[in-house]
Amino acid sequence: MEKFTTFEGIVAPLDMINVDTDMIVPKQFLKTIKRSGLGANVFDEMRFRPDGSEIEDFVLNQPDYRQSQILVAGDNFGCGSSREHAPWALLDFGFRCVIAPSFADIFFNNCFKNGILPIALPQAEVYRLMSDAKQGNGTVLSINLEGQTITRPNGETIAFDVDPFRKNCLIEGLDDIGLTLKKSEKIDAFEAERNQLAWR
Amino acid sequence: MSHTTLYDKIWQAHLVDEQDDGNCLLYIDRHLIHEVTSPQAFEGLRMSGRQVRVPSKTLAVADHNIPTTNRAGGVEAIEDEQSRIQIETLEKNCAEFGIDHIGMMDLRQGIVHVTGPEEGFTMPGLTIVCGDSHTSTHGAFGALAHGIGTSEVEHVLATQTLAQRKAKNFRVNVVGDAPDYITAKDIALAVIGEIGTAGGTGYVLEYAGPAIEALTMEGRMTLCNMSIEAGARAGLIAPDEKTFEYLKDRPRAPKGADWDAAVAYWQTLRSDSDAVFDREITIDAANLPPLVTWGTSPQDVISINGRVPDPAAIDNEARRKATERALAYMGLEADMPVQSIEIDRVFIGSCTNSRIEDLRAAAKVVEGKKVSDRVNAMVVPGSGLVKKQAEEEGLDKVFLDAGFEWRDPGCSMCLAMNADKLSPQERCASTSNRNFEGRQGREGRTHLVSPAMAAAAAIRGHFVDIRDF
Repeated sequence: MEKFTTFEGIVAPLDMINVDTDMIVPKQFLKTIKRSGLGANVFDEMRFRPDGSEIEDFVLNQPDYRQSQILVAGDNFGCGSSREHAPWALLDFGFRCVIAPSFADIFFNNCFKNGILPIALPQAEVYRLMSDAKQGNGTVLSINLEGQTITRPNGETIAFDVDPFRKNCLIEGLDDIGLTLKKSEKIDAFEAERNQLAWR
Repeated sequence: MSHTTLYDKIWQAHLVDEQDDGNCLLYIDRHLIHEVTSPQAFEGLRMSGRQVRVPSKTLAVADHNIPTTNRAGGVEAIEDEQSRIQIETLEKNCAEFGIDHIGMMDLRQGIVHVTGPEEGFTMPGLTIVCGDSHTSTHGAFGALAHGIGTSEVEHVLATQTLAQRKAKNFRVNVVGDAPDYITAKDIALAVIGEIGTAGGTGYVLEYAGPAIEALTMEGRMTLCNMSIEAGARAGLIAPDEKTFEYLKDRPRAPKGADWDAAVAYWQTLRSDSDAVFDREITIDAANLPPLVTWGTSPQDVISINGRVPDPAAIDNEARRKATERALAYMGLEADMPVQSIEIDRVFIGSCTNSRIEDLRAAAKVVEGKKVSDRVNAMVVPGSGLVKKQAEEEGLDKVFLDAGFEWRDPGCSMCLAMNADKLSPQERCASTSNRNFEGRQGREGRTHLVSPAMAAAAAIRGHFVDIRDF
């Protein structure tokens, strides 16, 4: 997993609540047996007509936002299906950070496993970042994970919370399974005890 | 322990490790896998040279992407190449890593959340995960069950554990005697309508109260299934005699003295009378009307006698915009009566509503009648066993005589990965769980209802109040 420390990226507005994972990556792209290549399909039905041509109005089709790396959206981002294809598609497009007032649990978890930082902020702060994003013209935000701040184009900084353990995993690019396997003795002991009842 | 909830108890019993920062390692007793969210997990294992820690605790069955017609030729005859590759990949991965796999031609094949309980793989007090958000279904048995992503599928395969933080406790009390026409689906929609699709985020829901105790196991599965639509990863119902009765003699359930010991333990699995919940709501099932969704979020719930909302009456800007967008997408006028909405398709199936009781309820409505000329209707049983049972009861005849299609089991048009999907602008009365934009096919329009309400809509060609039918 790519390490996540500090980066600047173009910010795109997706001013909608309840953006679900079916929207982020529709089911026809779940037939793949790979993780890569889904960036071409991110937000497919909002981004492309059935004939494959671009829908000009959609934010990621506008020249200012084609290189976006940060997405600002409304409440309950990532609700619905557990498909990890959603963060894979966002990452493959280039997104490293999603900012919203709230996230659905499974999507939120899936982001951290893939080097994407989901940031939940109070509504008022999301509004400010949304207005920055709507300026277009290559407007960038600067994200400092170590210091837990977002710097707006006007220089103002906004602090955010992140679970310290997950933060460390992102910064170090740590492999979850590798971390857990360091606790193998505990798992062995627990399992031996639990397996004493065969039906469990 | 006292003051503890059912969730607290199951959590505590599975805690392998707890860090000071609250990050925990939870032991996973049962893992269900399917063809869509597992291939990348197995690939990850291969790339890092890891094995499956306990193959016997994982069970595989293909469901999402599987065809529901023309299966006689087996997997190699599946027309869609990508689907075939995905299903073959599951078979190969299971063979390579020693995992039990229920193949497409096996009578037990079905939707993973139908097959798991049928097999007795699902039991009270266990932790159960699957790379599918509707894993919450298994909470109906008093198991802690939730969906996970593919990285977590790989993590469970490799370590039989999951890194977790403890959720909060939310009790949903459902009181009153639910009338015959109020199903578990209506209760689920009522809960989601009440708390919203993010209302359960960060919580585990425990459904309790007389109306929950009165539900059959299949009804409880329907209700727990939709917990994720309220934002909760898991929903739970304390096990009782109905739970034990359902599980007794299932293929993977304990037998003999093990069974007695298991039941004795299962009987302890309930929240203490003084348990503390972080949030509680109460819903009166006696006063619920049959419910329908009008929009593109499962929280867009309305009475069958109601009218589609008018965005002009909504103050909150984000909500108003979402409502305007949903009405435009759904092709509906503000304030129109729900019963005036005409439909083109009916889908009876999905992990929410494809079990034998669902099919019986729909067949009862359909019997001796004909599907409206304007409607194309299909029934997709949840598993081969459900299908066989329905055929033994003659339900297939009832549906076929009325003009329904009678398909082979799978997820089918709930998520429309296979060939079963809506065309643009087609409107569907569906017993599934999600009415998101594009969910059942690009530009397709989904209304969520109970099986009986879907069946009645199929006959009349528009939504009708099942009480008047």
